[in-house]
Amino acid sequence: MEIKVLFTILISTIFINNYVLSQMLGLCPFLGVSKKTDSAIGMGLAVIFVMTLASFFTFIIYKYVLVPYEIVYLRTVSFILIIASLVQLVEMIIEKVSPALYQSLGIFLPLITTNCAVLGVAVLNINSGFVTADFGLIKSVIQGFGAGVGFTLALLLMSGIRERLELADIPKNLQGLPVTFLTAGLLALAFLGFSGMKI
Amino acid sequence: MSNFQEFTKGLWKKNPILVLALGLCPTLAVTTSISNALWMTLAATFVLVCSNIFVSLVKNFVPSHIRIPIFITIIASFVTIVELTLKGFQPEVYKSLGIFIPLIVVNCIILGRAEEFASKNGVAASILDGLGMGLGFGVALFILAFFRESLGANKLFGLMLIPGMEPSSAMILAPGAFITISMMLWVMNVINSRKG
Repeated sequence: MEIKVLFTILISTIFINNYVLSQMLGLCPFLGVSKKTDSAIGMGLAVIFVMTLASFFTFIIYKYVLVPYEIVYLRTVSFILIIASLVQLVEMIIEKVSPALYQSLGIFLPLITTNCAVLGVAVLNINSGFVTADFGLIKSVIQGFGAGVGFTLALLLMSGIRERLELADIPKNLQGLPVTFLTAGLLALAFLGFSGMKI
Repeated sequence: MSNFQEFTKGLWKKNPILVLALGLCPTLAVTTSISNALWMTLAATFVLVCSNIFVSLVKNFVPSHIRIPIFITIIASFVTIVELTLKGFQPEVYKSLGIFIPLIVVNCIILGRAEEFASKNGVAASILDGLGMGLGFGVALFILAFFRESLGANKLFGLMLIPGMEPSSAMILAPGAFITISMMLWVMNVINSRKG
């Protein structure tokens, strides 16, 4: 197994195929939680954590339960239930183990269930053919981690810009959502530059 | 509110995308062509109406603290039906919509309507609400797809528009989606502020 392959997966999920800015997944939290840098960091860390775990568990369930029993059509139902219970579990564990971390991440955790990037990465892991590939489990966990990091990067950039936008003089009808989308468009345009990267 | 108003509120006053800003991921991702947008609307509306009917039927038996998992399971079952139907009868559409078909499950419009409307209202009103919201979703998708397909691919409904013109490919990619919806929201704000 080559480390290079894993590195390629990581770089391409963070920059080239950034989940938010090039695949347009997870837009609701991207717009909802990007007003303040503090909450953006909290949300980002929670998403990295849940995405990595979700990639691990959905892959195992798919490969060792759904495929052998030929019930692959239950993929969507089982994945969403895994993610929902995982989020609940993570929330309870963090609350018991580290109340300080719970204070900072707590409110973001329930929101993650409806983050389509989490279900998206679980489905994409299956669609990328990792199930039959060698070391598929490690690859999908890396892809999940990279997707989380990419999401956090986009969220952080966006929150930095939005904090500055608060001070700017914006035409009345453009305030709020329109200017936020416009900013996201320009960010996406910048990320388009990564698509020429050869690794 | 009368039944007619339940139906029409989704079009403008409570348009799920343009006013409530729900369900943005499929909206921006699948509007690369009008046919994709129409199929997405069809699939999402089917799931929305069916889940509204079911949620409205079971609303009295569901304990309130586990209602969200139950709603999601109902929605996921209908999404699976849609997924298998498209895979069987429209393999081309299934391929081009890709992962956005399973992702209908986490479309916040559907869970939002189940939670906010269907779990409090009767079956008939819930059907009308689902149809209206689906139509509002469809209109927003159609407008987005119209601009993105014509500017980004120089095509409409898959037909060539102006021969020899080089389309701007950024419109078909993510930046075009963000910029187009931003312009739509801007125009909508202008219209609303003129009215008021």
